[in-house]
Amino acid sequence: MNVTVLQFPGTNCEYDTKYAFEKLGCDVSIIWHKEKELPENTELLVIPGGFSYGDYLRSGAIARFANIMDSVQKYAAKGGKILGICNGFQILLEAGLLPGAMKRNSTLNFISKFNHLKVINNDNIFLSKLKKDQIINIPVAHQDGNYYIDNEGLKELEENNQIILRYCDEKGKEESINGSVSFIAGICNKEKNVFGLMPHPERAMEDLLGCADGELMLKGFLK
Amino acid sequence: MKAIVNVALKQGVLDDQGKATHHALDTLGFKDVVKDVRIGKQIIMELNALNEEEAKEEVTKMCEKLLANTVIEDYQIEIVG
Repeated sequence: MNVTVLQFPGTNCEYDTKYAFEKLGCDVSIIWHKEKELPENTELLVIPGGFSYGDYLRSGAIARFANIMDSVQKYAAKGGKILGICNGFQILLEAGLLPGAMKRNSTLNFISKFNHLKVINNDNIFLSKLKKDQIINIPVAHQDGNYYIDNEGLKELEENNQIILRYCDEKGKEESINGSVSFIAGICNKEKNVFGLMPHPERAMEDLLGCADGELMLKGFLK
Repeated sequence: MKAIVNVALKQGVLDDQGKATHHALDTLGFKDVVKDVRIGKQIIMELNALNEEEAKEEVTKMCEKLLANTVIEDYQIEIVG
């Protein structure tokens, strides 16, 4: 499978993401933000983590206007599959490809640790290899991961099974780590081709690194 | 001409920075004085010669497009001669 990974000034997870998908047998190309077109053979587009444009102004706000983003919008509209991880999630929110917005963590500090997540919906390709209510252990590393959406928007997310992951403890009790509305760690769009999550599955690909639960998530995209 | 833009979280959207600062002011002895604290950012721009109306129109476009995230933030624009 052909995976395209975007790279902005300040992106720092592009090589981890490349490693993760190569480990799963994919061909991965890293594309610089100044390019105008995505490779034609792209079967999955990943917007990786990092600090695009230094997170100046707001996380993801400047990256959404990069040259490549017109092509990303068209790709999404055609039903292309997109995964945004951490800063990638923030960029998808700013670009309007996913609903809601990110605020500063309610703890007001940078959170970097392994955290448990609960699979809320698996009727989508991303989490199709996981069971509903399954608990997985994936690292988080973010300062602006406090997901916000108004009540009406939250209702819509719930009704359309767009909430895909929530933060929880090791026993599965849902809990807040950063103030996110409804403990949300990841969502998708209505059409279920655009996915965003704050935790980093690409950093959980080896038992040697603490956990390999990320593999199960990313495998969902494989044909 | 100068434009001063103030961007802050909308009323009703919990402002954790404001809340923490409010708490700190309380403990510093301003408990009876401070009712609420909101923290935002100020963007100051020097503009090329435009009339005030045009300036306000252009800066509004900037706010809607980039300077504020209107999902969670409000903005106020002040044009200074």
